[in-house]
Amino acid sequence: MANLSIDKVRKYYGAHEVIHSISLDIADGEFVTLVGPSGCGKSTLLRMIAGLEGISDGEIRIGDRVVNNVQPKERDIAMVFQNYALYPHMTVAENMSFALKLKGENKATIAKRVQEAASILALEPYLDRLPKQLSGGQRQRVAMGRAIVRSPQVFLFDEPLSNLDAKLRVQMRSEIKDLHQRLKTTTVYVTHDQVEAMTMADKIVVMKGGNVEQVGRPLELYDRPANLFVATFIGSPSMNLFKGTVTATGFATADGVLPLPAGSHGAAATYGIRPEHLTIADDGFPVEVVVLEPTGAETQVIGRFGQQQLVAVLRDRVDYKPGDIIRLKPDLGCVHLFGQDERHL
Amino acid sequence: MLAPAVILMTLFLITPFILSFWTAMTNQPLVPRPTPVRFVGMANFVRILTDDLFWTSLWNVTRFTVWVLPVQCGFAFLTALILNQKMPLRGLFRGMFFLPAITSMVVVCVIWGTLFQYPSGPLNQIVGFVSGGRIQPIDWMGNPDWAMFSIVLLSAWQAYGFQMIIYLAGLQGISEELYDAARIDGAGLWGRFWHVTMPGLRPTHVFVLVITTIQAFKLYTQVAILTQGGPKSSTETVVHYMVRAGFEEQKLGYASAVSVILFLIVLVIALVQRRLMRRFDV
Repeated sequence: MANLSIDKVRKYYGAHEVIHSISLDIADGEFVTLVGPSGCGKSTLLRMIAGLEGISDGEIRIGDRVVNNVQPKERDIAMVFQNYALYPHMTVAENMSFALKLKGENKATIAKRVQEAASILALEPYLDRLPKQLSGGQRQRVAMGRAIVRSPQVFLFDEPLSNLDAKLRVQMRSEIKDLHQRLKTTTVYVTHDQVEAMTMADKIVVMKGGNVEQVGRPLELYDRPANLFVATFIGSPSMNLFKGTVTATGFATADGVLPLPAGSHGAAATYGIRPEHLTIADDGFPVEVVVLEPTGAETQVIGRFGQQQLVAVLRDRVDYKPGDIIRLKPDLGCVHLFGQDERHL
Repeated sequence: MLAPAVILMTLFLITPFILSFWTAMTNQPLVPRPTPVRFVGMANFVRILTDDLFWTSLWNVTRFTVWVLPVQCGFAFLTALILNQKMPLRGLFRGMFFLPAITSMVVVCVIWGTLFQYPSGPLNQIVGFVSGGRIQPIDWMGNPDWAMFSIVLLSAWQAYGFQMIIYLAGLQGISEELYDAARIDGAGLWGRFWHVTMPGLRPTHVFVLVITTIQAFKLYTQVAILTQGGPKSSTETVVHYMVRAGFEEQKLGYASAVSVILFLIVLVIALVQRRLMRRFDV
């Protein structure tokens, strides 16, 4: 195990800069997710850590060693890929032992390490099978097994769950988290799914356009997003935003006035409130119901405040019809205000 | 649903095959004669199998196949490996290397016929220059020891583009992630080739070998244009033998019998292919 340090790292493809001077410190044993929309550079950064992509500028250190020019096999890392990347002609055991074999480990050690990894991942019954004889979840476990047998200093995961169905994804999510809690290996996990990022990580790195937008613990990002992008990216359904100005009566938008907490910053240009922080109240602002989405545990109300669409998540079971006017009140302690520059005030 | 396919298959595949099988057991001539066509049973087959020239032609195509397979497939594989790398003007090179495959065999034969000219054609001049005059001009087409080799050379050159494209498709079908995983696992260039590329190309290898073998057994055009089976029958092939029997000697029944035998040979190759495909799990 080791800490991982990324220092002013840049990546150019020709003249095009895709990673803009990113710096990041990952502590020993920490589980960090890189999250962001497609094309934000998260996979490129991961591949740079792995050594699969060159580093145009800056430094990456694993432990105390600068690895910029170290071959992937010598970086003491293991990587789990989106499509599992299992060798199709090798059995599960052969897949797991391949790296050790290339390293020239003796047979007894290899057998022992494979056996250990297989027992951690409940893969013992499948050791003699070929990847094509396994289900998606089992293949993903084999891919993890292949990483575990090498006992690397850092685990790298590149969207490992995106090929699984929703139910399996949730199951594998907790398996990976459980694995990390047991092995305590430093982990960098790339995903575009903010729920995955929120539920698994010790620390989340939100990326956009090759830049880091915010780094923090999951709830920090949720409670205090640094800017509009993080505010809308973290949380599902995403935060409701209204453009307007601060006045004496509240936050004036083109569609009406929204209540503000006392002492609000006068320069606010965008008002944000999460759907779960809206409640039904007689003194709330009027919203026309458009669609009702009951999920059992909660109800999502998609409505219209003037011309502006908004979403509210209500804990209670409600029975509204499209066209009904309801009154919603924001929890004033949870209102987010953003300036002209889109930064949180 | 199936009717159109069944009708077309019956009309254009099954019926002609049954007809040729039937014709193979008659003395049907090419041009109808006043004497009625007689059923001769297996006589045509017996005559073919006791004809030395038939066995020579079969030996020749076997020889041709054994030579052309490694040359053609090997060259196709090598070019595909190179043209699968990231390089400038890759598309242009792919097109250029594929060009011979879409050139008419007749044109190719005329070009190579010129190259092969004895004693002072371009090929002989190159050989003479490279060997510093130590190797005497070779009669590529006129010497029985060299004629088949020459046919192999031009056939491989003309056809490898097709196999190259199939290999390229096969190479592109191998996931990049596997190469990345192998790099992290510690495989070098050779390790990645041996553990990722080769296993990934198993189905492609089997397919390419089988179609090339079948194509090779049907060798005809090059021989008909350049050597007419000579010199001394050293380039006589089964199809050339069949066409001569049918259209020069006008023995349609006999030629049909040869075609049935050729069909059986190709059938055996196809069956072996199926076995190989299963054995290699593709």
